[in-house]
Amino acid sequence: MKTIVLAFAAAGLAATAALAQQTVRMGTEGAYPPYNFINDSGEIDGFERALGDELCERAGLTCEWVTNDWDSIIPNLVSGNYDTIMAGMSITDEREDVIDFTQNYIPPVPSAYAALSEDVDVASGVVAAQTNTIQAGHVAESGATLVEFATPDETVAAIRNGEADAVLADKDFLQPIVEESGGELMFVGDDVLLGNGIGMGLRESDDELQQTFDAILTEMKEDGSLNELIREWFGEDAPTY
Amino acid sequence: MFDFCTDPATLSDPAWFACYLTSGKHLAFYGSFGTVLILLAVTAPVALAFGFAGAMAARSGFAPLRWLGVAYTSIVRGVPDIVFFLFFVIALDQMFEWTRHQVLCPDWDQPVRQGNEFLVCPEAKLPLGSAPQWVHEGYGFFLAILTFAIVFGAFAANVLFGAMRAVPKTQTETAEAYGMTPRQTFWRILVPQMWVYALPGLSNLWMILVKATPLLFLLGVEDIVYWARELGGSKTSTFTYPHPDWRLWYFLGLLIFYLTLTKVSEVLLGRLTRRLSQGQATIGGETLRGKGVA
Repeated sequence: MKTIVLAFAAAGLAATAALAQQTVRMGTEGAYPPYNFINDSGEIDGFERALGDELCERAGLTCEWVTNDWDSIIPNLVSGNYDTIMAGMSITDEREDVIDFTQNYIPPVPSAYAALSEDVDVASGVVAAQTNTIQAGHVAESGATLVEFATPDETVAAIRNGEADAVLADKDFLQPIVEESGGELMFVGDDVLLGNGIGMGLRESDDELQQTFDAILTEMKEDGSLNELIREWFGEDAPTY
Repeated sequence: MFDFCTDPATLSDPAWFACYLTSGKHLAFYGSFGTVLILLAVTAPVALAFGFAGAMAARSGFAPLRWLGVAYTSIVRGVPDIVFFLFFVIALDQMFEWTRHQVLCPDWDQPVRQGNEFLVCPEAKLPLGSAPQWVHEGYGFFLAILTFAIVFGAFAANVLFGAMRAVPKTQTETAEAYGMTPRQTFWRILVPQMWVYALPGLSNLWMILVKATPLLFLLGVEDIVYWARELGGSKTSTFTYPHPDWRLWYFLGLLIFYLTLTKVSEVLLGRLTRRLSQGQATIGGETLRGKGVA
C-alpha cells in the first residue's frame, strides 16, 4: 500500500513540475452513432468527434476525448473530470439550470417512433427511451407507459424482444437501424420536434471557453463548413443552417 | 490486424471473423481481462492489510485506537457498496484536490464550491488537465483499488478479529508461561494459528471480490463487462463490422471466464486450507493426522 501511495505521490509531483499546458478534455458517451461512438479500432468517432476536433484546431487548443456513462455525464462535468460535453445533448431549460450550452451545432431535429408493426399506438402503448433524455420526458408526458434504459442500444433491443411496443429516439440515430433491419422495424406515428437543438455543454463558470467555442461555431455556420459536416454524417437531406 | 482486412464487407465468413475478432476494439476487450486480473491481484493483499490493521486496532488495549478500528469496520460494513462507489470515491477525489489546492494555490481568491461546481485551481487538479489519458486511467484505477481495499478490508477485519479470538486460550497461556512478551505471543503464536479459522471467511470475500469488478465502470475503468456490452450491442453500417445484437455470446464468454476463475480459486483455496490445517488442534487438523498425511 505504502509503495503504491508513494509511487502515485511521486507521479503527481512529477506531473505538477511539468508546465501545465492548456488541454481541454471533451466528454462524450461513445454509444450514439452517428453522433458519437467507439469505432472498430477502439477510438471515439462520429460527427461530434469530427466537429470537436475542428473546433479545437480553430481555437488552437489541445483536446483529449474521454467517454463517460450517460447517466453521470453532467455530474462529472461539474465536478471537473472533463471540460465539455459533446454527446448529442439537446439544449433544454432543465439542463440550462445546471450547466451552460454553446449555441446549437445541430438545428432542432425530429425524434421518431420505431416499432415492429404499423398498428402500435404510441400514445397509449409501452414506449422505450433512454434515461434522462428529452425523449424520455416526452413519453412520460404523452400518456404512454415509459420504460427507460441506460444506453440507446438497449432501447432498440427492448422492442426487438417485445419488452416495449415502440422506441422514441432521435430520428438520425434510428434511421440506419430501421433501414438495415430488412423490414423488421418501421417508423410509426408522426415525428416529434423536441428541444432547442444540440449544443456543447460547459460548466457555468467556464465563460471564456464557452465564448471561444461559440465564436467558432458562428464562424463555421457562416462559412458553410458546419453544414458540410452535417451532410457528411447525416445525409444530404439533413436539416442544415 | 491482417493485410486482408482492408474491406471487410467483401470477405468470407472465416476471414471476416478473423478480422472482426482482432479489431482494435477487441484488443481493448482482451486487454481489459488483464485489467481485472491485475486489479484482483493488487486489491486482495491490500484489502487483507487493511483488514489486518483494522483487526489489530479493534483488539488494541489503547481505547482511541480500538474505537477507530470498531468504527471503521461497523461503518463500512453498514454502507451499501454502490453508495460507497458513487459517493465515497468522489469525496475522496475532492479531498485530495482540495488539499492540493490549499498547498499549491494559496493566492486563489475564488471559492472552491460554486453552486454545484467544485473548482480548484488548474495546478491542483488530480490528475492535471494536461496529463495524458493513461495518467487519468491510472488514477481511476488507483481510486478503484483504494475503494475496493477499504470496503473489503472492513469485512476482512471482522473475519480476522473473529479468527484471532478463535485461537485456543491455552496456546497463548502456554506462550506466556514460556516468558514471551505480549508482542511475541501475538506474532509467534496467535497470528500463525489464526489463519485456519480466518480462511473460510476470507475465501468468501475473495469470491465476492472476483464478481464485484463490474462496479469498476462506475469509476470510469473500462472492465470486461463494459466492453462485452459495447461490443455485443447491434451495429449498423456506420461501423466497419456491422452485426445484430450479439450480447448473449459475449456474456457467455464472460460466464466461462468467471466460472474458470472461481473454479481455480476454489482449488487453490482448498489446498491452502489443507496446508494450514496441518498440526492444528482442529477437526480438520486431526483428520489429516489420522490419514497420516501430517
